Amino acid sequence: MLTLSVSLHHYLILAAVLFGIGLFGVLTKRNAVAVLICIELMLNAININLLAFNKYITPNDFIGQIFSIFVITVAAAEVGVGLAIVIAIYRNKLSVNLDEFDWLKW
Amino acid sequence: MIPDLSLIVPELAMAVLGLMVLIFGLIIPRGSRHGLGWFAALALLGVTGLVLAGWNNGGNLYGNLYVVDQFSQFFKITFLLAAFLVVLGSMRYVDRHLGGQSEYYSILIFATLGMMVMSSANDFMTMYLGLELMTISFIILVCFRRLEAKSLESGMKYVLLAGMSSAVLLYGLSLVYGITGTVVISEVGKILAMRAPLPLLMLGVVMLVAGLGFKISAVPFHMWSPDIYEGAPTPITAFLAVGSKAASFAILIRIFVVGMFGISLNWELLLAILAAVTIIVGNLVAIPQTNIKRLLAYSSIAQAGYILVGLVTASQDGVKGVLFYAFLYVFATVGAFTVASHFYNVTGSDEIKDYAGLAQRSPLMAAVMVVAMLSMAGIPPLAGFVGKFYLFMTIVENYLWLAFIGLIMSMVSVYYYLRVALVMYRNDPLDSTPIAVSAPVTVTLVVAMAVTLFLGIYPGPVAEVVNNAAHSFFMH
Repeated sequence: MLTLSVSLHHYLILAAVLFGIGLFGVLTKRNAVAVLICIELMLNAININLLAFNKYITPNDFIGQIFSIFVITVAAAEVGVGLAIVIAIYRNKLSVNLDEFDWLKW
Repeated sequence: MIPDLSLIVPELAMAVLGLMVLIFGLIIPRGSRHGLGWFAALALLGVTGLVLAGWNNGGNLYGNLYVVDQFSQFFKITFLLAAFLVVLGSMRYVDRHLGGQSEYYSILIFATLGMMVMSSANDFMTMYLGLELMTISFIILVCFRRLEAKSLESGMKYVLLAGMSSAVLLYGLSLVYGITGTVVISEVGKILAMRAPLPLLMLGVVMLVAGLGFKISAVPFHMWSPDIYEGAPTPITAFLAVGSKAASFAILIRIFVVGMFGISLNWELLLAILAAVTIIVGNLVAIPQTNIKRLLAYSSIAQAGYILVGLVTASQDGVKGVLFYAFLYVFATVGAFTVASHFYNVTGSDEIKDYAGLAQRSPLMAAVMVVAMLSMAGIPPLAGFVGKFYLFMTIVENYLWLAFIGLIMSMVSVYYYLRVALVMYRNDPLDSTPIAVSAPVTVTLVVAMAVTLFLGIYPGPVAEVVNNAAHSFFMH
């Protein structure tokens, strides 16, 4: 019978893949909101990493769990500011496409 | 056990001050808010006094998560003085271009608080919180001119790129945590010193360098800084160039010199190459710039390269050089940017060609600009020379090639700095009306120039202080 066991490596690979997808999205997406979502993806990959390390490396204290709660909180604040800027810039330009933000040299 | 809160009195005072300024701004009628800038400036001086009063009162808090040593206190004084000078220099700008909004001062104070937390943080969580408090405050400040497209656009770029770089940094931190099983930086140092480096750890180190390289705008992670420096309100550009960079250097030193000391052979060369590329690209790209803020942005990239040199050897002398350079860099940069910001207030232009004949229109502004720029170039009687001397002294033994690159590129930098001086002193002004300099701006300019000259001629006392601070850093 096939036994399925999940080890630390599985979590790490999942996190690395998620992080890679997020990073790829940040570098290629042209829509500001999509880029913000990709940053969230990267941060969630980090949370998986932290929780997996917490479970397998330091099972007796909660360092990784506490850390990931901080990451979630700060990410929310950052997205809040980011979306506020998106709205302000949309009022100005009626667009959230990064290719159209060309007053400054990119 | 109740923690010894006396150690974090300055931080508590800053938090209270930030909230106070925010509330005062709401209850004071719009017409009489001008005094708020003075209040914030004087209060910042008061907090500097608190840090100075606790200079010998070191120790750590919360089970070694938060360290107060002379290293962190020196950085705190640097940030507070920078914030003080920026607030003084920006009052007129706030009234004219930001609609006299009092939130400006409050957010600036919170950004400073974030930097102070960063300089004292001894674990990844505290460090990350301080970093994000600073970054999010800066994002708001960068797009503070919310009706102006340029300011908003640079804010958008900053929020996306800062988010990405924080994520890369965090991924590196999570790997280091996974390998060592702790987030306390001094514990990480002890564990790594006993163990052969794993490939996974190297991946983590590279990600830390990339994430922090973005924050200090080291090449090749510098692409954001000229755009954001140009689009942000000029006083904020000054604070971004000085404070955010110095604070990122504080955590860079703490992570690498304390946490990664045991594996220093593996990252020394990486940082040396990063420093060399940063110095070369920063100085060369500065040459064709025509906008004063972009020129200063590229020059500040080059300065970051010089400061990185101090980290390469991970020694006490290197840390001393970094502290000294960070301190003098505050005054030179704030001086130069305050001139640019005041010039913009009066003429509405940031182009170098419009600086023609500034020496006739306002001798003080022209003189401060020249002194600040020559100090950044490292011309002998000025502070920049002494700072570069301390930095490059540490690497002549093992990294002579890096010292050569630094010296040659310093000479290149004299060219583009002197071009600005030439425009100001030789060319005739198109409009020869004198530029009036208001009292707070005069104070900022005179302080910046006086300190830059004084540190160049008589660096002894400050060198002594940074020596002790660097020593205290290696004590624990």
